[in-house]
Amino acid sequence: MSAIATPEPAAGAAQARKPRKRVPYVRQQKPTEGRRVKKSILLTIVMAIFVIYSVVPLIWLIVNATKDQGDLFSSFGLWFGSDFNLFQNIADTLTYRNGIFVQWFGNTLLYVVVGAGGATLLATLAGYGLAKFNFPGRRAVFAVVLGAVAVPGTALAVPTFLMFSQLGLTNTPWAVILPSLISPFGLYLIWTYAVDAVPTEILEAARMDGASEFRTFFTISLRLLSPGIVTVLLFAVVATWNNYFLPLIMLSEPTWYPLTVGLSQWSSQATGVAAQPIYNLVITGALLTIVPIVVAFLFLQRYWQSGLSAGSVKQ
Amino acid sequence: MASVTLTQSRPMRRNRKDWRGWGFVGPFMIVFLAVLVAPVVYAIVLTLFRQQLVGGSGFVGLENYALLFQDPKFWESLFRVTLFLVVQVPIMLILSLLAALAIDSARLHGTGFFRIAIFLPYAVPGVVAALIWGFIYGNQFGLTGSINDLLGADILQPFSSDWILASIGNIVTWEFMGYNMLIFYAALKVIPADLYEAAEIDGAGQFRIISGIKLPALRGSIVIATIFSIIGSFQLFNEPNLLKALAPNVISSYFTPNMYAYNLSFAGQQFNYSATVAIVMGIITAVIAYIVQLRGSRQEVR
Repeated sequence: MSAIATPEPAAGAAQARKPRKRVPYVRQQKPTEGRRVKKSILLTIVMAIFVIYSVVPLIWLIVNATKDQGDLFSSFGLWFGSDFNLFQNIADTLTYRNGIFVQWFGNTLLYVVVGAGGATLLATLAGYGLAKFNFPGRRAVFAVVLGAVAVPGTALAVPTFLMFSQLGLTNTPWAVILPSLISPFGLYLIWTYAVDAVPTEILEAARMDGASEFRTFFTISLRLLSPGIVTVLLFAVVATWNNYFLPLIMLSEPTWYPLTVGLSQWSSQATGVAAQPIYNLVITGALLTIVPIVVAFLFLQRYWQSGLSAGSVKQ
Repeated sequence: MASVTLTQSRPMRRNRKDWRGWGFVGPFMIVFLAVLVAPVVYAIVLTLFRQQLVGGSGFVGLENYALLFQDPKFWESLFRVTLFLVVQVPIMLILSLLAALAIDSARLHGTGFFRIAIFLPYAVPGVVAALIWGFIYGNQFGLTGSINDLLGADILQPFSSDWILASIGNIVTWEFMGYNMLIFYAALKVIPADLYEAAEIDGAGQFRIISGIKLPALRGSIVIATIFSIIGSFQLFNEPNLLKALAPNVISSYFTPNMYAYNLSFAGQQFNYSATVAIVMGIITAVIAYIVQLRGSRQEVR
């Protein structure tokens, strides 16, 4: 914590009111952590109820992914059935109808890599450009993009479908990828992040040395922006991974479905009139769908949590 | 909120025109115009036409809008999502706020665990969330059946017409409580330590600190979370559309405006009318989001 090098360490209480140099948020300690605060058992219990509410459905999913069709109906929802069928269920899910699930998985990956990756790239470039350059039309760009944050994706889905069908783009991967390339929220986050994270002096120095703007961006700025980029990427990945409405209306060919649309189709197949009971496949498929994204969130915690707090500095 | 930073960050050289920034912003704006602005313009054009029985579509001016405003199905769906909004959003945001304050208070055992566990549902796709809860609500192998057996009567009926909106509200709350909690928590974390120290010297208690320091610091993020929640409520589609398979008699094809627009397009082929629903809902959402933001920032000035 060298940033708050205090001149008179003994000043103690009086110093708290003195204006002093703001600590950069990244390094700032959590305000209450330094002091000894009594832990509250009551509060912990109340919060435990929150946790139970949040995780019980997930536990239900895991438990029931281990049951076969019969056990699903005969055993208690939150406890295991007579047989442990998880691996059989996974094998069945992956091979049902010549492995259509694996294909959906691949489609989802394609949409996520190209869609979320592209969205992050575009948002990073544009956010950086807005933060560090003054160019004609900058204010207009800003106003338009901020206005677009209020226009939700789903409101646009039907109009986008109508336009894409005129252009013959429906029922192709582009119909899903193109609309997910735009993330106004990601641009906003990178923009607020870049203002502080990339010091203008460094850019000036690089210009003095004759480096081109793009060279400076890729060699210096990109690294300084990386916590913000990881945050934007992660949320873009979630948005595309979880995308349902858009692919639902854009795609009519099951071979192009992402996991979400495929699963919902299986589900209606299980509950429909001429029901073909594949509940165990729906449940196991749902579990397989959320595992990668949950794992990504858990492993990248450190990055996205710091990126989020950086974004909120400006609010 | 954001305009402040705009002027602050307004950089260097104003004397000569500097187009280099467009090299960075350009690609975004091109795609932005193609996939966001163009569909809106196209949809607005569509709303001015109608499919005729003979010979393609004809220009009808604002007739589609007039028709929509007299359409009881549209009003019913709009009323339903408004009711949903008024009840579900405050409950969810208050729960999120409580969770964020509790986690920030450092009075919990194992803060990190609570934070990630409550956030976890956000990573679950809305489709999967609706599927899981749909199963749990079910009488056959869900938990509802077990609870009703325990109580000895059919107390819980998540799919009845009286309960269905609450059932959907529960799913949405479950999905987004942790996300909003994290937004609030991130804003709490950046409160400068000086403020707490000053409050301590003044002898302020925990509740005084919350009302005097934490809640004012949260205002911006509360406004943002409210706007996103309003947008989410007006656009409600995934959850009711998936539960429809389980409760076909309760959830109609015009349960929410978005479902109405969807079914008009894909079941009815009434593309022009469907675009009208989408545009009108977009305008209503944007206006309300704008009002919330205006109110939020006006209080900030006071």
